[in-house]
Amino acid sequence: MTSNTLPRPGNPGPGNRRPGRTGDRGRGIRGGEGRYGWLFTAPAIGIIGVFLVLPILLALWVSVSDWGGLGSPLNSQVSFVGGKNFAHVLTAGGLAEKDFGTSIRNNFWFVVFVVPLQTALALFLAVQVNRRVLRGRSFFRTAFYFPSVTSAVAITGIFAFLFASTGTVNSVIAALGGAGPTWFADPRGLFHIVAGFFGVGDNPPALSASPFLELTWWQWLSGPSVAMCVIIFLVIFTTSGTFMLLFLAALQNIGVEVEEASLIDGAGPFRKFFSVTLPMLRPTLFTVLTLGVIGTWQIFDQIYILGQGKPAKTTLTPAFLAYQASFKDLNWGDGAAISFILFAIIVSLTVLQRIILRDRNKERLDRSMSRLLAAEKATPVGGQHP
Amino acid sequence: MNNSRKWGTALLAVGVAATLAACSSGTGSTPAAANKPLTILIGSSGKAETAAVQAAADSWAKANKTTVTVTAASDLGQQLGQGFSGGNPPDLFYMSWDQFQTYASKKYLEPYAAAQPNKNAFYPALKKAFTYNNTFYCEPKDFSTLGLIINSDKWAAAGLTTADIPKDWAQLETVAKKLTTADTVGLSFGAEYARMGTFMNQAGGSLVSKDGKTVTADTAANVAGLTEVKKLATEGVLKFPAALGAGWSGEALGKGKAAMVIEGPWISGLKLDYPNLKYTVAELPAGPAGKSTFTFSNCWGIPAQSKTATETESLVKSLTADSQQLKFSAAFGVIPSTISAAKTYATTYPANAAFVKGNDYAVSPVAFAGAATVIADFNSKLESIATVDPKAILAALQTNLQTALNTANGK
Repeated sequence: MTSNTLPRPGNPGPGNRRPGRTGDRGRGIRGGEGRYGWLFTAPAIGIIGVFLVLPILLALWVSVSDWGGLGSPLNSQVSFVGGKNFAHVLTAGGLAEKDFGTSIRNNFWFVVFVVPLQTALALFLAVQVNRRVLRGRSFFRTAFYFPSVTSAVAITGIFAFLFASTGTVNSVIAALGGAGPTWFADPRGLFHIVAGFFGVGDNPPALSASPFLELTWWQWLSGPSVAMCVIIFLVIFTTSGTFMLLFLAALQNIGVEVEEASLIDGAGPFRKFFSVTLPMLRPTLFTVLTLGVIGTWQIFDQIYILGQGKPAKTTLTPAFLAYQASFKDLNWGDGAAISFILFAIIVSLTVLQRIILRDRNKERLDRSMSRLLAAEKATPVGGQHP
Repeated sequence: MNNSRKWGTALLAVGVAATLAACSSGTGSTPAAANKPLTILIGSSGKAETAAVQAAADSWAKANKTTVTVTAASDLGQQLGQGFSGGNPPDLFYMSWDQFQTYASKKYLEPYAAAQPNKNAFYPALKKAFTYNNTFYCEPKDFSTLGLIINSDKWAAAGLTTADIPKDWAQLETVAKKLTTADTVGLSFGAEYARMGTFMNQAGGSLVSKDGKTVTADTAANVAGLTEVKKLATEGVLKFPAALGAGWSGEALGKGKAAMVIEGPWISGLKLDYPNLKYTVAELPAGPAGKSTFTFSNCWGIPAQSKTATETESLVKSLTADSQQLKFSAAFGVIPSTISAAKTYATTYPANAAFVKGNDYAVSPVAFAGAATVIADFNSKLESIATVDPKAILAALQTNLQTALNTANGK
C-alpha cells in the first residue's frame, strides 16, 4: 500500500515541517512533558503497585509454593513446588478436585441464569423509564436503582428471612394452597427436579460417566439447586438496577432524529427496537455483559451469608472455595491456585465475548473507510497538513 | 477552585500517610516493656461468655499490672488464619478440637502444656484430644458432651413421665413418635457428623481404627447407625433445624418446633431468648453396642515462638484453675476440664449431671490434620440422609478419609 507516504514522527514529510518542532533546536516548550508525566502519575503508580500489583505477584508465588500460612510467604523455609497446587485441585482425583468441580458446576449454572436474565431485565427497565410519556419517571428510576445502592449484606439478610422455611414466601405459597420448598435446605438441582417429572430417576446409567473434575454427567447437568435459585433471584434483583442505569445513559445518547427517521421509514415499535435501538446499544451491551460475567464468577458475599456452600455444597463457588481452602483449611497454595484458575476463566470468557460481540458491519465499514482515506492521501494535495 | 484542590490533595496525602502508619504499627515495633498488654481472641457463645472471660482476664491483669483485651471473633477460624498469615496472631486464643491437629501439624502452636505443673489434673480424654505427636500441646479450657434435651412441657402434654425417658433406640423412636404433632417434631439435631456420629458409635462403629492407621468408615456398625437416623427421618419424627426454620436445633427447641434435641451444656444459653422454656437433660439412649456420646473441647492456644509466652502461660494457669473454671460454669454452663472441678460441677448443677456422666464413656470426634475438609464433605451429604443410601456415603467417606489419613501420617 501507500502507507509510506503517511507522516511519521522522526521522519517528517516535506509537508509536516513546522518551525520549532523539528528537534534541531533542543526539546522546546513541550520537551519536559515525559518527565512531568511520570512525576504526576507516580502517586497513582505507587498506590497501584503496592496495593494491586505486588499482592497479585505475591499470590502468584503462593500458588506455586508450599507456604503454610505462617509468617511471610517469602521466608526461607518456603519452597517452590511448581504446579503441585494446581494439580491438586485439577487432576489429583481427590476431594479437593471434586470440590473444585462442584464449585465450577454451581457457578456455571449461576452465570448461565443470571447474566442473560439481568441483562434483559435491565434493558427492559431502561427502555420503560426512558419513555417520554411515562409519568413519574425519576421515581421509577430511583426505585429500580435502589437495590443496587443498598448493601448486599442487608439485602441478603432480608432474603434469608423471606425465604426461610416458615418465611413470608412460603406463607404466601401456603395461603395459595401450595407447599413451598425449604429453600435454603433444598439441594435438588432444578433440571433434576424437571427430569424427575418425566420419570428419570437419580443417576441414570447413561449419564454415570465422569468426564472431568470427578463429577458425573448427571451431576454436571443438575442445573442450579433450589437454594442457588434464591441467590440467582437475589442477584438479578440487586444488579439489574445498576445495569439499567448504563443502558439508560446509552439510550439517552440515541438522538430523537434517529427514532423519527425510523418511524418515517415505517418501522413499528418492535422493528425499531431490534433494528435501530439495540444495534446502537452494542457497546453498552458489551460492557454490561462483561461486567455481569465478571461479577457473577466472583460471587462471594451472598454465599458467605446464606449458608457457606450449604445445602450439600450446591452453593459452593470457586471464590468461596478459595477463601475456605485458605483461611479455614490453611491450604493457602490451593486457595491461591483456585483464585488464579478463576482469573483465567474470567479473562478467557471476556475475550470470547469480545470476539462474539464484535461489530462486523462496523469493521467492514472501517476497513473500506481507511482504504478510501489512504487512496485520498496517495494523491498529492500540496503542503496541507492532514 | 485551584486552592481548594490543593488543600484537598494535601489532606488526602496526610490521610494516606496516617493510614499507612497505622497499618505498619501492627507489626510491632513497640518497646519491650516488662508487662506487655495481651490480647485474647475467643469464639464466644454470647455476651455472658465474653463478659466472664474479660472479668477473669482483668483480675489476672490487675495482679500483674498490665491489661488484657478480650475480643470475641465473629469467625474464629478465619480471624486466626488471618492473624497467623499476617505474622500477628493473638497472644492467646480458643483452639477448637476440630482444628487443633491441623494447627499443630503446621507448627502454629507452642507446646507449653506438657511443662505445666497442673498437666495431670485434666481428663485423659481431653489431654488426648490436644496431643499431637505424643506431645500435650495446650491446656483444655472446658468440655462439653452431648445429651438428650427434652422440652418438659411437650413431654408432659404427650402424657409421658420420667419413667419414659428413652434408654435405647427403640424407646427413642417410640417417644419421638408420641411427641410428633402437627407443628412439633419429636426429635431434631444438626445434620452433621458431630451428632449422627453418636448413633454410629452406639452401634459399635468408629471412623478410625485404634492404632490410628486405618479408616473404618464403611463397616456394618456405621451403616447400622446411619440407617437408624435415616429410619427416624423417613418416619417424619426427626427433622433437621433448617427444615424447622431454625438456625440450630436449640432454637427449634426454644421455639417449640422440636420436643427433643441432641445438644450440649451450651443449651443453657437458651434461657436468655426463651425464658419460659423448661427442659430436662438425659443421657443419650444406648444403641446395640451400648452407650456413646461425643466430647468437644477448646484449649487455650498460644502461638509458636510467642514473645509473650511467659505472661500468657501465667494467664492460662489462672484461667484453668478450678475456682476460675467453676466461675465460667456459673456464667455460661461449660463443664470444667479438670476432674476435681467437674465433680464439684456435677453436684452444684444436678440438672446437668447427665453431661458429666456422659464423659465417662464419651469419645472425641475424628479430628486428625486434614480431616476437617473430609468431614465437611461428609456433613454436606448427611443433610439429605432421608433420601440417600447410608452405605454409599460411608463408602465415599472411607476413600476420602483414608487419603487424608495417609497424608496426615506422612505416607
